[in-house]
Amino acid sequence: MKDIKNITKNQIFWPITALLLVLLFNLFFTPGFFKVEVKDGHLFGSIIDIINRGSPLMLLSIGMTLVIATGGTDISVGSVIAISAAVAASLVGGEMIFVEGVQEYVTLVPMPIAILATLVVAVLLGLWNGTLIAKLGIQPIIATMILMVAGRGIAQLITAGQIITIYYKPYFFFGGGYLLGLPFAIFIVGIVLLIIMLLIKKTALGLFIQASGCNASASKYTGIYVDRIKLIVYTLSGLCAGIAGVLISSNIKSADANNAGLFIELDAILAVAMGGNSMTGGKFSIPASIVGALVIQSITTTIYSIGVPPEITLVVKAVVVIMICLLQSEEFRKLFANTSWLQRRNTLENKISN
Amino acid sequence: MKGENILLTMKNICKYFTGVKALINVDFTLRQGEIHALMGENGAGKSTLIKVLTGVEKLDEGEIQLLGEKVQPKSTHEAQGIGISTVYQEVNLCSNLSVAENIFIGREPMKFGKIAWKEMHKRAKMALEKLDVAIDVTQTLDSYSVAIQQMVAIARAVDVDAKVLILDEPTSSLDKKEVEKLFSIMTKLKKEGIGIIFVTHFLDQVYAVCDRITVLRNGEFVGEYQTKELPKVKLVAKMIGKDYEELNAAIKGDEHKENKKDFTQEVFLEAKGLGKKTEIEPYDVTIYKGEVLGLAGLLGSGRTEMARLLFGAVKPDEGEMYIEGTKKNIITPLQAIKSEIAYCPENRKADGIIPDLSVRENIILALQSKRGWMKYIKRSEQEKIADDYINLLSIKTPSAEKMVKELSGGNQQKVILARWLLTQPKLLILDEPTRGIDIGTKTEIQKLVIEFANQGMSVIFISSELDEMLRTCSRMVVLRDRVKIAELTEDELETNVIMNTIAGGN
Repeated sequence: MKDIKNITKNQIFWPITALLLVLLFNLFFTPGFFKVEVKDGHLFGSIIDIINRGSPLMLLSIGMTLVIATGGTDISVGSVIAISAAVAASLVGGEMIFVEGVQEYVTLVPMPIAILATLVVAVLLGLWNGTLIAKLGIQPIIATMILMVAGRGIAQLITAGQIITIYYKPYFFFGGGYLLGLPFAIFIVGIVLLIIMLLIKKTALGLFIQASGCNASASKYTGIYVDRIKLIVYTLSGLCAGIAGVLISSNIKSADANNAGLFIELDAILAVAMGGNSMTGGKFSIPASIVGALVIQSITTTIYSIGVPPEITLVVKAVVVIMICLLQSEEFRKLFANTSWLQRRNTLENKISN
Repeated sequence: MKGENILLTMKNICKYFTGVKALINVDFTLRQGEIHALMGENGAGKSTLIKVLTGVEKLDEGEIQLLGEKVQPKSTHEAQGIGISTVYQEVNLCSNLSVAENIFIGREPMKFGKIAWKEMHKRAKMALEKLDVAIDVTQTLDSYSVAIQQMVAIARAVDVDAKVLILDEPTSSLDKKEVEKLFSIMTKLKKEGIGIIFVTHFLDQVYAVCDRITVLRNGEFVGEYQTKELPKVKLVAKMIGKDYEELNAAIKGDEHKENKKDFTQEVFLEAKGLGKKTEIEPYDVTIYKGEVLGLAGLLGSGRTEMARLLFGAVKPDEGEMYIEGTKKNIITPLQAIKSEIAYCPENRKADGIIPDLSVRENIILALQSKRGWMKYIKRSEQEKIADDYINLLSIKTPSAEKMVKELSGGNQQKVILARWLLTQPKLLILDEPTRGIDIGTKTEIQKLVIEFANQGMSVIFISSELDEMLRTCSRMVVLRDRVKIAELTEDELETNVIMNTIAGGN
């Protein structure tokens, strides 16, 4: 009995339950949802699609979890995606060049340098947010709103108001390629996740982030430089958004300053919330947020695959999200548990443990 | 209990938290028009009993009767509805709203679907006048002192037709005059037939106003007594379950030790002209190894500011600091920690504990920042450290993984003490370490302080309680209006002298 209770108390329990419910729905109502085929040595199917398309969101949710753990929020990630996509696209090059009738893949600057430059830009954007918040004490939602609004303008400046199409084929590998039969994007997510988790678990960074988010004033007295911690998390969030920008521009083979990553910051925040993380900061779990991101992407994919009319997809999504959030709310569950076996079990357990 | 007007009875109340028995068969009876003290050490179950009564926690067994009827409030709101009102230790009103709004929040008088402001202000004024408080009710609450805020909270509590008024540590942030005022209000309400449950740590106050005393210990009911028939010494003995003589001897023993004055005259820290505008005037101070230096003065006299400057929590804008002879530039807490200075802040809740982290994490935090974020203390080592300090300071917690916010105040303070002891400081600054803590833990902390000093650690001790300072300190610095005005040597440490210096009457 106690084991069951401990499992339900685990933060990741409810996000996983939500994911399983969405998948269960598909098992009954979406024919062929779980079918995975092998084509050209790659795996194809809805599940693979979810993983591939959900990759940018998963990346964002990693950075966003850390930001929210410090009690802040970063609503500029969508714009950072647009800027980094624009930077990458304009550096990789948008011209089709034919040599003797055969397309030649050329870049303006070598691709590794282009990507490195993109990520440096993303880090700088994150640092900008962090500086406004940690050093100048501007409220996070306002501070990141500056970049959210200005960012799309900056992206348009870079692309000169055009949608830049990318023709350099090797670049498509990031968002569209496959490794060992799986989308390459998921490996990038895996690597980022691994590095961040190592940082969190093997150094004291995780502890410091939690402490700063839970009680900033007390953390200062214990010698933690809370402003530096904030600077770090916003920078990491910027970096995650930059990588997501590369994935998205690589996947759609272009940089669209207006639409790349539009409103994705809201999905990222939602992913963190669905992961059961507190919006006020403190304890956090990145894997739970990743599951949250997967839930969101599964809902989106499901809506497309069962053929919900496009004009009401957002409504359907909202309803599903509300239901999942209710499922996660302890208060709401209590309403149902009040007279049920759960309560009786709890009192019984208390007596036993005494 | 013959023919007395029994207002409230709580019978065989039991409350379990996972792994902890918070209340075991506790009885409590409140009569009309009496002030009834609820006494006990921290963790004795006072707060839990109050929470059960006010609907914050659900009771697991037992029965509550109000005026002979069985009640079981499920929320504070419901409790208020049946006439049980509470005023908490920390005023929990909205400081940015007006006094009147605070009194009527959630039940504003309405007229044509709008708030009837005039009516509300009039009624708020009347409610406060009943308590002999004449203030402008349209001002925001934060423009008044904590004492007035407390009065507003009481006015609010009483205005909802309270039959039972619970005052949970209302006096801990009030000065003497304000306490007297509060007492006169309590007496007035008592005459109106309201039953008052008074939770406090101050024994004198209990004897000043209370008619009866109920004592709890370790979640169990010890007994109900008439105040007149229970001498203070006996009350203390009942609360801590120890003989008072034994306790007295323990403290006295320490006093003898302290009188030996065996600290060396080696200097640990010297500050020259250290100061910061608007915080504290430049001051000189020398701290010797193995001494307990007291900072005395009224609240707001600059005691805390002086300490914060030494710890680098505030950046000084002039002056120099020397530690063991070498000049140090300390402008952040981390630099202070690295120079082996530790600081337990005055406000345990706001600046001390990290509520959602475990006891273990709270303990290792300062050591971890001293070592740097790269050198993460291994989990197994953390657990060992936590267990060691839980034993060393006898912190009452079911496990090191318990969230620190679930501990009682005294135990939280011990966790913070553990956090700093772990960094092996040479100078430990304790700012009001015993505020809101039961007598048993208080004595323990005082004993520890003297022990540390005997081992060669320097301690700066700040407290509002002169008795406590006299018992522990070997030297004192007196502050007034943010200026250091005097240093008193051991021979001068007498209540009268200190009082005079603080008041500026010399």
